[in-house]
Amino acid sequence: MYAQMVTTDAVKSAGEMSPEERAFQERIDRGERIEPKEWMPDAYRKTLIRQIGQHAHSEIVGQLPEGNWITRAPTLERKAILLAKVQDEAGHGLYLYSAAETLGVSRDELLEKLHTGRMKYSSIFNYPTLNWADIGAVGWLVDGAAIMNQVPLQKTSYGPYSRAMVRICKEESFHQRQGYDIMMKMSFGTPEQKAMAQDALNRFWYPSLMMFGPSDKDSVHSAQSMAWKIKINTNDELRQKFVDQTVPQAEYLGLTVPDEHLKWNEEKGGYDYSQPDWDEFFDVLAGNGPCNKERLGARVKAWEDGAWFRDALTAHAEKTARRRAASRVAAE
Amino acid sequence: MSSEWPLWEVFIRGQHGLNHRHVGSLHAPDAEMAILNARDVYTRRNEGVSIWVVKSQDIAASSPSDKGPLFEPSNDKVYRHPTFFPIPDEVGHM
Repeated sequence: MYAQMVTTDAVKSAGEMSPEERAFQERIDRGERIEPKEWMPDAYRKTLIRQIGQHAHSEIVGQLPEGNWITRAPTLERKAILLAKVQDEAGHGLYLYSAAETLGVSRDELLEKLHTGRMKYSSIFNYPTLNWADIGAVGWLVDGAAIMNQVPLQKTSYGPYSRAMVRICKEESFHQRQGYDIMMKMSFGTPEQKAMAQDALNRFWYPSLMMFGPSDKDSVHSAQSMAWKIKINTNDELRQKFVDQTVPQAEYLGLTVPDEHLKWNEEKGGYDYSQPDWDEFFDVLAGNGPCNKERLGARVKAWEDGAWFRDALTAHAEKTARRRAASRVAAE
Repeated sequence: MSSEWPLWEVFIRGQHGLNHRHVGSLHAPDAEMAILNARDVYTRRNEGVSIWVVKSQDIAASSPSDKGPLFEPSNDKVYRHPTFFPIPDEVGHM
C-alpha cells in the first residue's frame, strides 16, 4: 500500500508478554485507542513510525507525477481541479507527518531518512505519467487502491493515525472521482482519446495491484501488525476487493483490463486475476524503477533549494520576538 | 545548519458557533505563519471561521498515568446527574 513491506517480529503469546505488554494488548482488543504519551511497546512505536512515515512520504512524493501535468492540463477547469487535488496530497502528507511526530520522531529526521533512501515511499510513484489520460488513471486506480487501504485504517489503534485517516478519507473520494471523470471524458471521446485511456489503463493496472504488496496471508510479520490493529486486512483481501470494484468500472468505460486470465469466479464471488510481476516490484522498491532517481532527486532539490527560505523565516521570527521583548522592557 | 521550525497546535471554530476544537498540528516559524499554514492545511473545505494556534511546548497536559486519580472520583457521584432524582409523573416536566 502507501506503506509497503513494513515488517515486525512474530506475535508474542500471552505467556511471553510482560504485564505491561499484556495490559496494552488487552486495551487494543477492547477497541481502545492508544494516545501519544501512553505506555506502548517499543516495537509498536517503531513500526508505527515506519508505517506512518512511509505513508506520509508517499503522499508528498505522490504530488510529483501529477504535478507534471498541472501546466499542461487541457482546460483551465481541469487545471484548477488538479491543483486542488495536488494541494490535498500535500495536506495529507502533513497530517501524517504530525501523527508520526507524536511518537517521538522529528520532522527533519523523517525527511532526512527519506532523502538518504533509508525510508521508502510507495512503489507506484516511480512510474511516469506520460500523457493526460495517465492523470485520469492515477486518480481512478491509484487513489482507488489507496482508499481500499485507508478506509479500514480509520479504525486503527493509534489515535493520531486514526484521526489523520478520517480526515484523509473524507477528502480522498474527490480524488478518485476526478480521475474517473477524466477517464470517462477520454473513453467516450475520439478513438484517439479512447486509445490513450486504454494505454493508461494498460500501464497502471499491474503497478496498482502491486500497491497492496506481495501476499502476506502466511506472514508472521503481518500477524503482529494485525494483532496491534495497525494493519486491518491482509494484502490479498484488499487487492481482491480492489479488483472486484474496478473491473465493472473499466467495463462501463468500454476499456479492457490487460489480463487475459481475468474471469468472474461464481464460487468465491470475486474475480480470478493474474498476479503482477513481483520481481519488478522488488526491483522498483530497490530503487531501479523508471523514475526513482528523478522523484527522490526532485525532493532533495526542493529541500535544499528551500533551506535559505526556511532560515530566513526563522531569522525573521527571532528578530521580531527580540524587538517585542525589547519594547516591553522599554515600556516598563 | 537549519533548525526545525517549532510545532504549533491548531484549533478551529466550525460554522455553527461551537467551541474551537483541536484539529492537529503543524510547523511554522512564528504565530502569523502558523495561522496562514493552518488555513491551508486544515480549512481547505470551509471547515472553519476562526483559527487559534499555540506553541505545542506551551501546552501543559495531564499525565496518562494520572487518569485514575483525576477522573475516577466523579464515577461515584451519580447524584450530579438529573436522572438520579425521580420526579413523580403528576409533577410534569422538570
